[in-house]
Amino acid sequence: MVDSIVSAASVIAAAIAVGFAGIGPGIGQGNAAGMAVEGIARQPEAEGKIRGTLLLSLAFMEALTIYGLVVALSVLFANPFVG
Amino acid sequence: MYTFLLSKIEVGSHLYVNFSDTLHFHGETVFVSTLVVSLICLFLVLGTRDLNKVPGNSQNLLEVIYDLVKGIAIAQMGPSYYSQFLPFVATMFLFVLGSNVAGALVPWKLIEIPSGELAAPTNDINTTACLAILTSVAYFSAGLKIKGLGFFKRYIKPAVFFLPLNIIEDFSKPLSLNFRLFGNVVADELTVTVVCTLVPLIIPLPIMMLGLFASCLQALIFATLAAAYIGEVIE
Repeated sequence: MVDSIVSAASVIAAAIAVGFAGIGPGIGQGNAAGMAVEGIARQPEAEGKIRGTLLLSLAFMEALTIYGLVVALSVLFANPFVG
Repeated sequence: MYTFLLSKIEVGSHLYVNFSDTLHFHGETVFVSTLVVSLICLFLVLGTRDLNKVPGNSQNLLEVIYDLVKGIAIAQMGPSYYSQFLPFVATMFLFVLGSNVAGALVPWKLIEIPSGELAAPTNDINTTACLAILTSVAYFSAGLKIKGLGFFKRYIKPAVFFLPLNIIEDFSKPLSLNFRLFGNVVADELTVTVVCTLVPLIIPLPIMMLGLFASCLQALIFATLAAAYIGEVIE
């Protein structure tokens, strides 16, 4: 009985972790991409440099979402509270 | 059940190779990482055997890689110190790149093993933890080597009450390196697998391409961050 409650809570926790972890980086990546497009439109010759920096910073923001995913995965596959 | 899948949805199941009662290996991780390391070594040795003024194919590729890694190191550590730490950064870059690409390109599912599955070595959190701890050791030793005991002054900068924060940072750096690499590789594999269960043909291809791209980007980011952490303590 307790185990099934823990499992249900774990599934919900995983969903919440991934869902909320997506919000902030989503906003951030949108901002960064928008600014990059603005920069390219203003200065088309700097496109290469802007693209490199943009990709690197997008990957850093992506990492925040990934932390949520790692928490969700550990809750689903390596749950410390079951058994 | 799903014989058409190129990988299974499973995280954390491994082929345990027991060495003694207390010591065991994750067989598939050790196998694939040994393969990756030996292939990279072979490529590097064969590619640099006879260097010409007009580079051939493999020498061209190696020069591109060298320029890339050198650019990262110079940008993060400055032109006077980079050469000591270039081998470390390049090793990290090549190993992470090799293992990520090996996981993304090779259809490992075709080889059956008793439990777990052959995949990228960075798919196992122990590999990435090892890489992250190595980075930690590297920046500690770099700081001690270049600054001597003055290295510890950075713990009370900019003020004394920053001491606990600076100590926590020493733990959070390897942790975030570890989770970033592991999470990205696993996320790529999970996405491809989930899409494969829904539509097994053609549709997963763009996502696989994205995964390949993200794998290369993760190698770049790992090398950049390792170089940045070293550069931070020696500046």
